Amino acid sequence: MSDTDPVEPQAGQALAGEGGPEAAATTSAARLAAYLQGGGVIVPLLTAVLAFFVGGLVILITGHNPISTYKAIFNGTGLNWIFPWISSDDRTTAALNLQQTLITTTPLILTGLAVAFAFRCGLFNIGGQGQYLVGSYVAVWVGSSFAGMPRLAHVLLAMVLATVAGAVWAGIAGLLKAVAGAHEVISTIMLNWIAVWVGAYLFQLNGPLQNSDPAQQSVPVSSDVAASAKLPVFWGDPELQGLHIGIFIALAAAVVFWVLLNRSTTGYEVRAVGFNPEAARYGGISVSRNYILVMAVCGAFAGLAGSVDLLGWQFHIATNDILNSANVGLGFFGIAVALLGRNTASGTVVAALLFGALLTGTSQRNLDPTIFEPELAGNLTLIIQGLVVLIVSADVIVLTMLRRGRGIFRRRTPPAPAAPAAPEAEAAS
Amino acid sequence: MSTAVATKAPPRVLQARYTGWAGIALGFVAWFIALPPALVRTPVPSILIGLLAITAGAWAIGGDEQRLGWGAIAAGLVGGTGAVAATQSGTGNLEDVVAWSALIAATLRYATPLIFGALGGIVSERSGVVNVGLEGMMLMGAFFGIFGADLLDSWFLGLLVGMAAGGALALVHAYFSIALRADQIVSGIALNFLALGITGYIFLDHYGDQGTPDNIPRVPDISIPGVKNLSFFGDAIGHANTLTWVALILVVALTVFLFRTPRGLRLRSVGEHPRAAETVGISVPRTRYMAVVLSGMFAALGGAYLSIGFVGSFNQGMTAGRGFIALAAVIFGKWHPAGALGAALLFGFSTALAQRLPAFSPSTAVLFQALPYVLTLIAVAGVIGRSRPPAAVGQPYVKE
Repeated sequence: MSDTDPVEPQAGQALAGEGGPEAAATTSAARLAAYLQGGGVIVPLLTAVLAFFVGGLVILITGHNPISTYKAIFNGTGLNWIFPWISSDDRTTAALNLQQTLITTTPLILTGLAVAFAFRCGLFNIGGQGQYLVGSYVAVWVGSSFAGMPRLAHVLLAMVLATVAGAVWAGIAGLLKAVAGAHEVISTIMLNWIAVWVGAYLFQLNGPLQNSDPAQQSVPVSSDVAASAKLPVFWGDPELQGLHIGIFIALAAAVVFWVLLNRSTTGYEVRAVGFNPEAARYGGISVSRNYILVMAVCGAFAGLAGSVDLLGWQFHIATNDILNSANVGLGFFGIAVALLGRNTASGTVVAALLFGALLTGTSQRNLDPTIFEPELAGNLTLIIQGLVVLIVSADVIVLTMLRRGRGIFRRRTPPAPAAPAAPEAEAAS
Repeated sequence: MSTAVATKAPPRVLQARYTGWAGIALGFVAWFIALPPALVRTPVPSILIGLLAITAGAWAIGGDEQRLGWGAIAAGLVGGTGAVAATQSGTGNLEDVVAWSALIAATLRYATPLIFGALGGIVSERSGVVNVGLEGMMLMGAFFGIFGADLLDSWFLGLLVGMAAGGALALVHAYFSIALRADQIVSGIALNFLALGITGYIFLDHYGDQGTPDNIPRVPDISIPGVKNLSFFGDAIGHANTLTWVALILVVALTVFLFRTPRGLRLRSVGEHPRAAETVGISVPRTRYMAVVLSGMFAALGGAYLSIGFVGSFNQGMTAGRGFIALAAVIFGKWHPAGALGAALLFGFSTALAQRLPAFSPSTAVLFQALPYVLTLIAVAGVIGRSRPPAAVGQPYVKE
């Protein structure tokens, strides 16, 4: 999206200008958030280019052709669908691929928002994966239990309960921070793994929620979601995993994210707490209440992501998938999505599309194995994701590159002198 | 929760503290007597002892020792319930599960990578750099350990290659955290992803679908001549892996280094108050660089233990969260090597028990795997005393 993102002025104000994030923000997450806000659209763009470039070097060093590899990955994403000149056969394939890309983009938007919301409030939510899992457990349980309910009611019930479950799960971390000062990074990591093992327990052989199908008793997998709880498919064939309406739910969530953060008292309070807890407390804001609230909102986004995936295309959940996703799940990709999207609503949507495309383009189903093995490409995705997060962690790299090339990017002005204490003044007034 | 501050006369507080500890101990005793070798087959003594533990806990709470008191009550309840459950189940099952010598051996096996990882975490965090990337550094050690051992046909050289790889990844973390003043948590997470990608990529590129070959040299076990034939100790510690002993020695060495040598003091001072350390002439960046790289090497040893010590093969993402359990052990052990050792042994024990519990109930055994994480949550919640990190941890240092 364009750089005229309506989030910018608001955020810039609260952050005491681009020049003085260190002076204003007391928490490292807030400091990072400030940096990320500061770079316009160029910084994330350069970050992605740099990460893909290094990924290309890896391909080159290991004896493959980076250009044809990236081209194959791009064709696997189905994004060539938008080109007017491709043949109608190619267009049919591209449509199928693009549907997969958007299916993956959907939960990524939501898990990205789950991380971004915390960042904007000075907290760090690494627990997206756990919250996503808990949401999907609840969704698959509700979705497979009350068969025969009216469709709308069934879908809503499953999604609402999954959202609440994610909120409660993340809320534990908020509660621990509010009551005992436990660092949310540690508690969300622990909650991730607890969620993993709870899932492994629930759906294992003879587990409480293992499927009830007599033919599948030797498979550690949940029951299938009933037809009445499945999200409708609006593009493509429902039998061939067409695109479900979850993408609209995710986009609506991005709007909610923006409104909540920038146009509500709650959003104002949580941001104030994020930038300077002491000042916020002085201004009469309950800091501990806000910690719980922020984490709960994050968890709600991630829990919703789990339910959209389950009700949209997965329909059941297997213990193997849970255990395999423990370190590489969509909840973790949400971190890279949020960071690359500079923690804004529109940025998160764009970054989610990028990573959704990358994940789909490198998948077994979509990548041409004669050009590059999909298993290798899956690891390439992890490398690129890691590089993106690493580069964002030290935004100075890209900012330095920018500063050297300032002649080219004339729009950017040198950092203004620090404007300290602005958020304090705001919070206190 | 933390309102219990000793304000009354000292003797009474002391008394309550002792009863509290006694209550916790009684809780364990209540359970212990129902297990082999004691194997009391009636629940009555255990219930009585459990009740006694609860009474002691209540007494301690009355004497303003809230945490200890609640701990004792919990121990009494858990111990009593566990004992009742034990008396209800068959003796055969019990003896299968609670074979103490085998349990100790398994505990050591599972604890070894955690000890290495936790020691790495302690070194780094004591110097003021958060290391969330332990998992990735362990994974680097696991893959490059076996890769090196395979290519160079020597487990020792494999260990060195693994340590170099873990150290290299740690060096990236150090460079980003110290020189670029990156957010240390974000950088650590990035390294976890990177390590997953790099190891998975090279593993598949080099070994393909076959996986690692079977004949890779492995770190040998140590048979202790005098001990290996003794029935109990022989089974428990007579055949432990070399790296298990290395880990235990490192715990002692690191404790001495951190708390009894000038260099250790410097390292800690950099983590507690870098400006003060700088003032007396200690180079903050250099100290932190060394600590972080050392941290990566320790963690890599833990990973290499997994691949060429314990399992003998590598598969993608094989550390499977052990780096995070090691991180948990750091916090649980209050940033002290001895404490981390205790935590790692506790977590290793819970895994060892989980491996054997299926004799009773295969489904609940899985839940045991979550125990380390639950315990750590309880620990960071401050229920069992405050777990306080080094003061300057996570903050980039800017020279004035």
